[in-house]
Amino acid sequence: MRKKECVAMLLAGGEGRRLGVLTSKLAKPAVHFGGKYRIIDFTLSNCTNSGIDTVGVLTQYQPLVLNTYIGIGAPWDLDRKHGGVTVLPPYMEQGGGDWYKGTANAIYRNISFIEQYDPEYVLVISGDHIYKMDYDRMLDYHKQRGADATIAVIGVKWEEASRFGIMATDEEGRITEFAEKPKEPKSNLASMGIYIFSWKALKEQLIKDEEDEESSKDFGKDLIPRMLRENLNLVAYPFEGYWKDVGTIQSLWEANMDLLEKEPAFKLNDREWRIYSVNPLQPGQYIAGTAQVRRSLVNEGCCVFGEVDHSVLFYGVQVGEGSLIKDSVIMPNVTIGSNVKIYKAIIGEGTVVEDGAVIGTPEEEGGGDIVLIGSNERVGKTATTTGKG
Amino acid sequence: MMGVVNLVNEPDDLEELTYSRNLASVPFGSRYRLIDFTLSNMVNSGIENVAVFTQHKYRSLMDHLGSGKEWDLDRKRGGLFILPAVLHDTSGVSRGDLYQFYSHRDYFYRGREEYVIITRSHMVCNIDYNAVLDYHLERNADITVVYKKADEQEYAKYRRLAVKEDGQVTVIEDHSGRLRTDNVSLEMYVMSKELLLDMVESCLAQGYDHLVRDGIMKNIDKLSVYGYQHDGHTGIVNTIQSYYKHSMQLLNPKIWRELFFQPKNLIYTKVKDEPPARYTEHAHARNSLIANGCIIEGKVENSILFRGVKIRKGAYVKNSIILQNCEIEENVIIENAILDKDVFISRGRVLTGDKQAPFIASKTKVI
Repeated sequence: MRKKECVAMLLAGGEGRRLGVLTSKLAKPAVHFGGKYRIIDFTLSNCTNSGIDTVGVLTQYQPLVLNTYIGIGAPWDLDRKHGGVTVLPPYMEQGGGDWYKGTANAIYRNISFIEQYDPEYVLVISGDHIYKMDYDRMLDYHKQRGADATIAVIGVKWEEASRFGIMATDEEGRITEFAEKPKEPKSNLASMGIYIFSWKALKEQLIKDEEDEESSKDFGKDLIPRMLRENLNLVAYPFEGYWKDVGTIQSLWEANMDLLEKEPAFKLNDREWRIYSVNPLQPGQYIAGTAQVRRSLVNEGCCVFGEVDHSVLFYGVQVGEGSLIKDSVIMPNVTIGSNVKIYKAIIGEGTVVEDGAVIGTPEEEGGGDIVLIGSNERVGKTATTTGKG
Repeated sequence: MMGVVNLVNEPDDLEELTYSRNLASVPFGSRYRLIDFTLSNMVNSGIENVAVFTQHKYRSLMDHLGSGKEWDLDRKRGGLFILPAVLHDTSGVSRGDLYQFYSHRDYFYRGREEYVIITRSHMVCNIDYNAVLDYHLERNADITVVYKKADEQEYAKYRRLAVKEDGQVTVIEDHSGRLRTDNVSLEMYVMSKELLLDMVESCLAQGYDHLVRDGIMKNIDKLSVYGYQHDGHTGIVNTIQSYYKHSMQLLNPKIWRELFFQPKNLIYTKVKDEPPARYTEHAHARNSLIANGCIIEGKVENSILFRGVKIRKGAYVKNSIILQNCEIEENVIIENAILDKDVFISRGRVLTGDKQAPFIASKTKVI
């Protein structure tokens, strides 16, 4: 196999428990986002747009949809003879088999995959964040600094800092301390879960970590702290721009709403940095004479007869006459009857909302939490749904 | 069955839209090209070996078709073949379709299929060619031609057929003929490969080179030609009037659904990776077909917008067809117009055409 300078390892096994019914049959990276995409599209497109053409995708939880979706990687231009995308599920060996125990263990068990390409560097990313980043520039930084590991960081709100891996750096950007989800964060520089390692150093660490029985085999909890203890050269790569972890219903909904801003911080209409996705073969959307669509994203294959305000409609959504959809995210192929009212909701793929149903509470009446409705359900008129988060 | 998309002898009569491309690659229906319908119908009917016989102005067609991947026609066995005109004499003039079939006869010899379906590329419909073949076999016909009943005003150029009650076709006449019937040919012919090759040889030997005119119409009393009536919605698109009419018909949700949402027969096209269409605060869209990548800040009524069109604040687009990547600046008014790709209309301009003779702007024009 031809040598590759940098191989990407994409961690996509996440169960995403906090996304409730959306991930009951789906790994988190396969959850729909932004009217057209699945969450993993953003990282895969980042790889393609950064010129990284060798990506190992580590899957584990409910992999069917994700595996089928990734396929041979053609939508992201990752169908290559040398490199391209490879799906890497856990497997059995002669001495038995096991699930991936932690992020570091998942990479450890795919050392032979990486070694095929004899890389200098390995990029470790996860498939559950929305952002655009040129990994090639981060790699340049890593080389310039002669680092063993470079971790991308972003300044987060202080009150949220304890949700992340928090870093302390010296004035040269060298990482001096790393704390995974600290109760009392010392800084607001959060790890974005994007790492570039020099492969030689990483391999050594992976083996050490595997042998350590105390270790939970996780990058943030074990491997990075050990590298710090051993005084290796770890640097922070500051990132400015939109970055969102869409791991909760609230943040998933917010990130969708962020796209509807007048000047969205995250631009989908960027021809220099296209987000690639599997094409669902749908015709242009039909906006009927009775329709009204404002402050919204609407995908192809939709057929709108009612009113859509400040909402995201995925492909194949039908909206009947007299219906109103406000502040909501409607996943693919949802059928909404006539005279339906939907406020601040996320509605799962293929669900049917019958005529006259009311979901959520209008803002005038106090509004409410985000209403979450699963896939392929049927919402009748009588089952009037209100905020339940 | 093997599929032949015959673009030879095809007049490119769509005015500005066919100045630099052939009819097959004219954009249609907010994100397609005309040939997508024919190719998708073939693929959806299980045809895995398709040849496109092209004649001229086929750069954009080749660009669109590529390896045939989008239609699942990038195959090791069979797949998509683009077969351009072979120029033999120094005059550089290419000859009729039979001559082109002859020049590429190896294509036919190599295919294992026994039957051939020969079509054009400008019939917008969703049709199952297996049903046509079944009908062909049932009737034990030499040739089966697909036709439809013409509706009110057709605006397109087409041939007429006289069809007997049992389905036999007795007369085929050109557009200019005087045959009084509303049976309109969809220029889709099923026949055995053997008969086609025989027709190629015998016509060329007599100095004729036109499949329908010389091979079929002249021999209609010697062959058993049957007509298969297609009832689904069908638009014949080969004049600017029929282009406009059939585009606008897509604004009927019944037709939109019939064409694009046949459960097993989706229409395939080249992917563009555009984000969903974006509607801003003051967007106002009514009765329109809108593709991805569009940004709508102004008013759009009874119109078709292709991918990546921008309608700025205060602009008003009515009864118009706006092709890919056009930009309509603030306070522009456009009515009854067709704008080709990449047209830029600067602030405050007013462009109005007539429904019978829409205003047409050619590709990349700045107005």
